[in-house]
Amino acid sequence: MKIALGPVLTHWPKATLGAFYAGVATWPVDIVYMGEVVCARRHEYRFADWLDAAEALAAAGKDVVLSAQALMESESDLKALRRIVANGRFLVEANDMGAVHLLAERGPFVAGPHLNVYNAPTLALVASLGAVRWVPPVEMTRAALAAILVEQPPGLATEAFAWGRLPLAFSARCFTARHYDLPKDDCRFSCLAHPDGLALATRDGEPFLVLNGTQTQSHRVYTLVAQIPEMRQLGVDVLRVSPQFERTGEVVAALRAALDGKLTPAAAAATIAALAPAPQCNGYWHDRPGLDHAAAPAAA
Amino acid sequence: MNAPRRVELVCPAGTLPALKAAVDHGADCVYIGFRNETNARNFAGLNFDARAAADGLRHAHAHGAQVLLALNTYPQPAAFSRWTAALDLAADLGFDAVILADPGLMRYAAERHPGLRLHLSVQGSATTHEAINFYVRRFGVRRAVLPRVLSLAQVEHVVRNAECEIESFGFGSLCVMVEGRCALSSYTTGEGPNTVGVCSPAKAVRWETTPRGLEVRLNGVLLDRYADGEAAGYPTLCKGRFAVRDATNYAIEEPTSLNTLEILPQLVRMGIAAIKIEGRQRSPAYVATVTRVWRAAIDACTADSDRFTARAEWMRELAGVSEGRQTTLGAYHRPWK
Repeated sequence: MKIALGPVLTHWPKATLGAFYAGVATWPVDIVYMGEVVCARRHEYRFADWLDAAEALAAAGKDVVLSAQALMESESDLKALRRIVANGRFLVEANDMGAVHLLAERGPFVAGPHLNVYNAPTLALVASLGAVRWVPPVEMTRAALAAILVEQPPGLATEAFAWGRLPLAFSARCFTARHYDLPKDDCRFSCLAHPDGLALATRDGEPFLVLNGTQTQSHRVYTLVAQIPEMRQLGVDVLRVSPQFERTGEVVAALRAALDGKLTPAAAAATIAALAPAPQCNGYWHDRPGLDHAAAPAAA
Repeated sequence: MNAPRRVELVCPAGTLPALKAAVDHGADCVYIGFRNETNARNFAGLNFDARAAADGLRHAHAHGAQVLLALNTYPQPAAFSRWTAALDLAADLGFDAVILADPGLMRYAAERHPGLRLHLSVQGSATTHEAINFYVRRFGVRRAVLPRVLSLAQVEHVVRNAECEIESFGFGSLCVMVEGRCALSSYTTGEGPNTVGVCSPAKAVRWETTPRGLEVRLNGVLLDRYADGEAAGYPTLCKGRFAVRDATNYAIEEPTSLNTLEILPQLVRMGIAAIKIEGRQRSPAYVATVTRVWRAAIDACTADSDRFTARAEWMRELAGVSEGRQTTLGAYHRPWK
C-alpha cells in the first residue's frame, strides 16, 4: 500500500506552504496532491509556484498530482482548470465533471473524492474515460466499497481517504467571511488567520464542524488507521492523509511504520490519535453516522 | 444552445392531490418521485407507487401538462437494480422525462431507453457549461438543473455556453450547500441526500423543553435552542444556530426560502428554459398557492418583460408559505455569498 498526501485544504501563507512542502520532500509519502481545491480567491501560491513546488517534489521521488478545484463557478475558474489540464507534466485530479469532460480526451487522470462515484457502473464509466485511480466519496461505507471493488475495472487503483478532517460540503457562500461580516468579494483573506479552519460548536459547547471558507469540514478527524488490514483485503491501494497545520509528518511516519509492519495497526492508530487536533471518528466506514467512533475490532 | 419559446413552470408534487393542484393551477410540468430511496425527497408518507404515478400521468396529460420523474439519488452498489428498475418503470409508464444525477445510471438510461428524455438533476452538481456538456455529449441530456450557487451573470454564461436547456430554481427551501456535495446530514445522522434521499431526517430529530428553552437535537447534536415566543421551524441542520469564536448565530444560513420573482425578467431574457419550484414534501395547498402565483408572474413576464414587476400580493403570498416567513435571492444576488 502507498501513502498519498492530499491537497492542503485550508489557507496558509506562502512561506508556510514553502516550508511544509520542503518537509514533505523528506517524508515517507509516495504521492502528493497539490493545488487549491477550495477557493479561487486564494493566491498565496500562483500556478507557477505550484508547478515549481511540484517539480521539487518530483525531484525528491514523489508522484505529484495537480488537484483541480471542486466547486467551479465562473469562466475564470474554468480558465484555471484548463491550465491545470494542459500542464503536460503532472497527473491531474478531477474534482468535478467539467474536469472529467476536459481530461477525457487527454489521457490518464485521478477521479477525486468530490466526483460522486458511488457505484460500479459509474466507476467503470470514469475508468473508460481515462481514470487510473479513484477516491471514493468520504461517506462511503466499507460494505459499499467492498461491493464496488468486486467489479473493479482492471488497471484502476483505489485510494481511500484514511486520515484527516472530512471535507463534508461546499457552498458558494464563504462562511469564514460571513463570520467576519465581510462580503466574499472583499473577504480580506480572513481564512489565513485560521490555518486549521474556524471551529463551529453547538450552543451547548460541543465542537461540531470546521468552517474553511466555502468548505465545511468535520471537527472530528476521520481515521481508518486501525482498518489497514481490512482495507488491504478489500484491495485498497493507496491511503490518503489530509494535511493539518501541525504534526502531519508524524502522522505519515506512524502510518508508514504500520504499512511496513514496524507498528501494529492498533499501535499506529494509538500513536496517530495522540497527534490528531481533535477527537477522531470512523462512523462512515461502519455504516453509521460519520461522527461516530466505533471501537477497533478485537482481532485487528 | 436551444432557444426555448417560453419559460416552463416546473412544480413539485409529493402526492396525487399535490400533482392535481399543480396541474389545475397552471404548471407546465410536475415532477414526482417513487416511494423509495431513488429520489431526493424520500420521506415517510410521501411519493408515488406505480398506480398513483399512472393516475398522475393520465391527469396531467389530459390537461396538457408533463410529468417528470426524479431519480436523483446515487445508486448504492448493493442495490443498483432498484434504480434501474425505477428507470425501466418510468419508461413503461410514459414519463415525459427522468431527472438523473448518477452518471452510471445515465449511461444505462441512454443505452436501454434511447427515446427517454434525460434531465440532469441539481444533485449532479454541474455548475459550469463544461460539466453540463459532459452529460450532453455522453448521454444526450436535454436539460440541466443548476445548483443554487451561481450569480445571475454566471447563470447567463452557462445558458449561453451549455449545449442543452437550462432550468433554474425559482422558489422554495434553500440549500446553502451545493446540491450533491453535502454530507452534513450523513455525518450527523448516517443518512443524507446522496445515498438515501433525505436531509436531517425526522426520525433523528428530538424536541425537548428545558430550563434553558426549547431545544432541538439531531441525533443528539444540539441544532438550536429557542426562547419563549421564538418561532421554531423544521430543524434542517445547516439552519441552526451555532457558536463560532465569540458569536452565536446562524453561522451557516438562516431559515429562509429562495424567491427569484423579482429577477424573473432577467432570467427570461437570458434564455432560461424552465423555472423550478422546490417542495415535494409540502402540502397540496402550498403547491396550489405557489403554482398560481408563478403562473401569473410568468404569463405577465412573457407578455411584457420590460413592464414586469413582482406584485406586492404575489410576494406576500409567497412569503406566507416560506420557510421562516422570509425569502432571499440567494446566490443570484452576489452579496449573499
